[in-house]
Amino acid sequence: MISYLIRRVFYAIPILIGVNLITFVLFFVVNSPDDMARAQLGARRVTQDAIEQWKAVRGYDKPLLYNGNADGLGRVTDTIFFQKSIKLFVFDFGRAEDGRDIGHEIMQRMGPSLAIAVPVFVLGLYVAISLALMLVFFHATYLDFWGVVLCVAMMSISALFYIIGGQFLVSKLWQLVPISGYATGLDAARFLVLPVVIGVVSGIGASARWYRTIFLEEINRDYVRTARAKGLSELVVLFRHVLKNAMIPILTGVVVVIPLLFLGSLLTESFFAIPGLGTYTIDAIRGEDFAVVRAMVFLGAVLYIVGLLLTDISYTVVDPRVRLQ
Amino acid sequence: MPFIPAMLWTDALIYILVGCLVLAGFYVRSQEHLLVVWRKVLQSRPGMAALTVLLVFVAVGLLDSLHYRPRDAQGEIRSALDALLVRLKTDSEKTYSAPFATHLYAKETVEREDGSQASVYPRLKYGGAHLADPAQSFADILARASVAVIVALAAWLVVSAAVTVRLARAAQIGFARAARGIARGETEVAWNAILLATGVIALLAVPALMLSSHYHIFGTDKVGNDVFFLTLKSIRTGLVIGTLTTLTMLPFAAALGILAGYLGGIVDDVIQYIYATLSSIPGVLLIAAAVLMMRVVIDSHPQWFATTAERADARLLALCLILGVTSWTGLCRLLRAEALKLRELEYVQAARAFGVSNARIMLRHILPNVMHIVLISLVMDFSGLVLAEAVLSYVGIGVDPSTTSFGTMINTARLELAREPVVWWSLAAAFTFMLALVLSANLFSDAVRDALDPHTRSRAARLSAARAAP
Repeated sequence: MISYLIRRVFYAIPILIGVNLITFVLFFVVNSPDDMARAQLGARRVTQDAIEQWKAVRGYDKPLLYNGNADGLGRVTDTIFFQKSIKLFVFDFGRAEDGRDIGHEIMQRMGPSLAIAVPVFVLGLYVAISLALMLVFFHATYLDFWGVVLCVAMMSISALFYIIGGQFLVSKLWQLVPISGYATGLDAARFLVLPVVIGVVSGIGASARWYRTIFLEEINRDYVRTARAKGLSELVVLFRHVLKNAMIPILTGVVVVIPLLFLGSLLTESFFAIPGLGTYTIDAIRGEDFAVVRAMVFLGAVLYIVGLLLTDISYTVVDPRVRLQ
Repeated sequence: MPFIPAMLWTDALIYILVGCLVLAGFYVRSQEHLLVVWRKVLQSRPGMAALTVLLVFVAVGLLDSLHYRPRDAQGEIRSALDALLVRLKTDSEKTYSAPFATHLYAKETVEREDGSQASVYPRLKYGGAHLADPAQSFADILARASVAVIVALAAWLVVSAAVTVRLARAAQIGFARAARGIARGETEVAWNAILLATGVIALLAVPALMLSSHYHIFGTDKVGNDVFFLTLKSIRTGLVIGTLTTLTMLPFAAALGILAGYLGGIVDDVIQYIYATLSSIPGVLLIAAAVLMMRVVIDSHPQWFATTAERADARLLALCLILGVTSWTGLCRLLRAEALKLRELEYVQAARAFGVSNARIMLRHILPNVMHIVLISLVMDFSGLVLAEAVLSYVGIGVDPSTTSFGTMINTARLELAREPVVWWSLAAAFTFMLALVLSANLFSDAVRDALDPHTRSRAARLSAARAAP
């Protein structure tokens, strides 16, 4: 298994190089640094001097791929491609528009992001799977039918409405929790309750329906009939037998997003003013902070690949028949 | 002619799409084996009710896609919908006003005749302006609404009777028997669901349209625009994003998926590498990066676009392309897996033994047999894309701010809830229309998937067999 994992890590390298090339092409070839300077500086009649200065401060005044003016290795290293793209591989993200170090900022903001994303993930999974098993338990009854209709209706509502409606009802009308903000330590719970509940509720419709179809695939298998024939109660059949056997398709969809929890949620964090990575990304997008967006794209890809790796490992944990070689 | 027809890029693509759908419809009618599958969709009651609602949305969207340039107003592009609802477009108030209100929502200081100043809610310029006494507005609305309801019911009865007569003629049975058949759902097409949906739509739409000429039925927004009109205009944007995105990525996804699955080898490796790379970047971030760059390109070439409408349209199309580029990987993966399976089947082997070229096998034997996956993903993606547009507009990487869309509406409306007193109607209007659109799209796509997907078909058969057994 170790050798399999090492091989998988090596497979990830070409993909990361590809992601790196995509970001390089998007951010430096589609638009020249001059265009970006003009977009960032905003003014229509910006002087060439200001553009040159903007580029010099950020290190965008170097040639793209090959520096003819430098000596030796400098010909390759003293370029935008090396300084801005290759350095992403060692998580050297450079500086944001406000001059702060992006890597440091990301470390700082991971905590608040996880404080929201992890409870939403765990609770959401628990609620959705329980609900789906309940729907399967009442399979082919009116309860099942209307449950599915409710799921479809819930997944047809935009996440924006859950957040706006939740904030309006709970915080403004009933004044149970503060509308937005964040605090450290135990005090944070006050601010986290509403976003977590909204995050769970907004995801239920789609995921409960999805798990229901997975469980329905299993419900007519022979082992289920055997379990019923043994005289086990339907609940035991569902929670002990069906759930375990449905683990592989569930894990395929679930484990891959675990590393991405670090990135937080764009919408929730920005509506509730939580200083996590979601807010950071959204602020960067709105402020056209290209360096931060580039860093987040690369980080997201790395985390996704880690997620794929974790998925493979999780298969061996839940299903002893799977051997990674 | 008092106007010149104008064609935006998205209009052209929409017409092409509609043309393709019509052609596909004729083709399906001529092929018995395809007809069997689609009859299942026609039988599905939720599916047909949803389709009826969807068709109303599509009709509004198509009306809004017929653009022209009036001779008197140079440069400004209008649509047929603007021309039909010209009063809604031009009758704007000063600022917020509540639904069916006769007065503004904010107090204004006016000078009385005796010279003293007073703070009053001024009358609206258009909403309820025909009334001598605004206190009568409730009775007036009630009277107009009852007339509208009677008109709607009459129209609905005429349509229902026409459908019944046609069915009765086709089956050569009496009118009463045909009507009973429809009510019980014994017809081949789920006419009871269609007629029920038509009735509900008529009961809502006719009063809305008739009242909207005298009142702002959904109120007005901050700059006094009629919210009902803005909501209707948003429909087109949602439809464009929902359909054109899938349409633009479809050729690539289909070609690459089939090539990878059928040819295998190095082609497969390269294509798999491309989609693994693209799909490893989280969607929102890739879209954000691409949209930011697209915006810089458009901003640094202002000479490409003659009018702001054309520029907004180009941004809309670019957004569709970007969404397409970031979302084709899922479909491509499905098609590759299916082509991989089909390649080993006897009929493909036979074709190869007869010396049919690879290109021809892929076109004649593989492509038609993966079309159900393409269609399913087309209808399944639609609702997700409409929802995504709203989120992207909130993040700031959606459509041009001058384009009316559900996203821009929600974005401007979300701060209005924090106002005192609360302005809730823009948000409520966007919410209602979006829910109706997305919900009907979801229900319809479920019906299509149940009919087209052999996987669910076999499962449904298994389930009904299992239920029948004990």
